[in-house]
Amino acid sequence: MRVAVVGVGQTKFDEHWEKSLRDLSTEAGAIALRDSGIDGKDIQSLYIGNMSAGRFIGQEHLAALAVDQAGLIPIPATRCEAACASSALAFREAYFSILSGEYDIVMAAGAEKMTDLKGTDAIATLMGAGDQEWESAIGLTFAGLYALIARDHMQKYGTTREQMAMVSVNNHRNGVLNPLAQFPAEITVEKVLKSPLISDPLRLLDCSPITDGAAAVILVSEKIAKRFENPIWILGSGQASDTLALHHRKSMTELVATKVAAKKAYEQAGLKPKNIDLAEVHDCFSINEIIAIEDLGFCDKGKGGKFVEDGKIARDGEKPINPTGGLKSIGHPVGATGVRQIADVVKQLRGEYGNLQVKDARFGLALNIGGSGATSVVNIFGRDKPK
Amino acid sequence: MRMPHKSSVPLFWRLKDSKYRLIGSRCTTCKEVFFPKKNLCPVCRRRGSIEDMQFNGNGRIVSYTIVRVPPEGFEKYAPYAVAVIDLEEGARVSGQVVGNITKVRTGKQVRTVFRKIHEDGSDGLINYGLKWEIAE
Ligand SMILES: [Zn+2]
Repeated sequence: MRVAVVGVGQTKFDEHWEKSLRDLSTEAGAIALRDSGIDGKDIQSLYIGNMSAGRFIGQEHLAALAVDQAGLIPIPATRCEAACASSALAFREAYFSILSGEYDIVMAAGAEKMTDLKGTDAIATLMGAGDQEWESAIGLTFAGLYALIARDHMQKYGTTREQMAMVSVNNHRNGVLNPLAQFPAEITVEKVLKSPLISDPLRLLDCSPITDGAAAVILVSEKIAKRFENPIWILGSGQASDTLALHHRKSMTELVATKVAAKKAYEQAGLKPKNIDLAEVHDCFSINEIIAIEDLGFCDKGKGGKFVEDGKIARDGEKPINPTGGLKSIGHPVGATGVRQIADVVKQLRGEYGNLQVKDARFGLALNIGGSGATSVVNIFGRDKPK
Repeated sequence: MRMPHKSSVPLFWRLKDSKYRLIGSRCTTCKEVFFPKKNLCPVCRRRGSIEDMQFNGNGRIVSYTIVRVPPEGFEKYAPYAVAVIDLEEGARVSGQVVGNITKVRTGKQVRTVFRKIHEDGSDGLINYGLKWEIAE
């Protein structure tokens, strides 16, 4: 049994003062349905990723609310949570629900409304994804955790401050052309290095922003996919876990969960890192894109900074990374990011991404990470139907 | 917004062995040491045998950062230094390093001190716990 994605939708990622979480999730779902041509009444089940609506807006029981708002009652609705990797989990559950033979047409979505809270409350809410007793309790933040990782990577491998800045520069250069991006503006290395320190050595322009937004995709069984002109096939899907607290890992310069998830996804797809034509990776902080490049096998451990510096990650480079802008430029509504990445990979593989198009893209990969790497999800997609 | 984890008396009472007395665990089956205390050895699982172990509070900084944009509740302490510390006995922990933040460096020896971590508003708990100071 094979499963394909036949519809994708994303709201603009932004500070949406005028829109609620329910508005955003309905909007993304409607765009995905329109894109697919499928009628809402044919959706058999919904899986939605959301990290922390309970703390961001006081609303739990989100999945039922989403089908309620979308007029899809009484289909089953399930919420998935793994911090910033929540919607990649929703996507996998949707995938498995079709693989199981239970359903043929399922929606996977992700949504987050973050800007109703003031900044320090939003930072504390995000730290709910860290170890409450031993990380959050001492005043650590996610910028702090990734700063600890960044310093260790610099110490061990000589990764430079400039190389990390180049990640942000690359992603903003791509995001300029993305009409759905929160910050579609070019930046320079100098600008990154002069932006305020958030948690040394990370500066403001190393960090993805706080964002509202939603994304949705529609998955169908092989049988249904026959009706579609341009289905994009799921070739491999891997997920893995690691210790919740960063300090409990033997190494802070690799995310073992990413390596394990990637190995599984590559094996299922029958592909090697060199076969991947583009990747949407989790650049919540610039250092994390460098580590992702290494852990996905695009270069050796410790060489990610050089890989970036050599321009290989550009949209027309050897290995386009975040060709649509990444979390840095598009924005990072945490629970929506995983499905947003998948929607972007699908658009690339359809070959209809206009100015953002990576040339001749056949195979694409999406990497979504929760917390400081305690959850990692890798999905690989292909243009042609696998055997 | 008041964070429940900061105003819960039982939570602090429950963690008192590790947070105030530096007690971790050792698995007598595989000899692995853990900080804080655990009730299951993740290496041996049910075959393991966990016992309390007193840590001496000495360690070495392996990475550090200066938190300049703090979460809710930590505003008045920023900027502050946080380090990942290799404990002499062999486990790792994160902790705030007190004193002059410009003196914090990877490789420095540190030892524990008992300090105020955080106050939950004017009527909430005053949370004390472990911090670290440079020992050399
Ligand atoms: Zn053991």
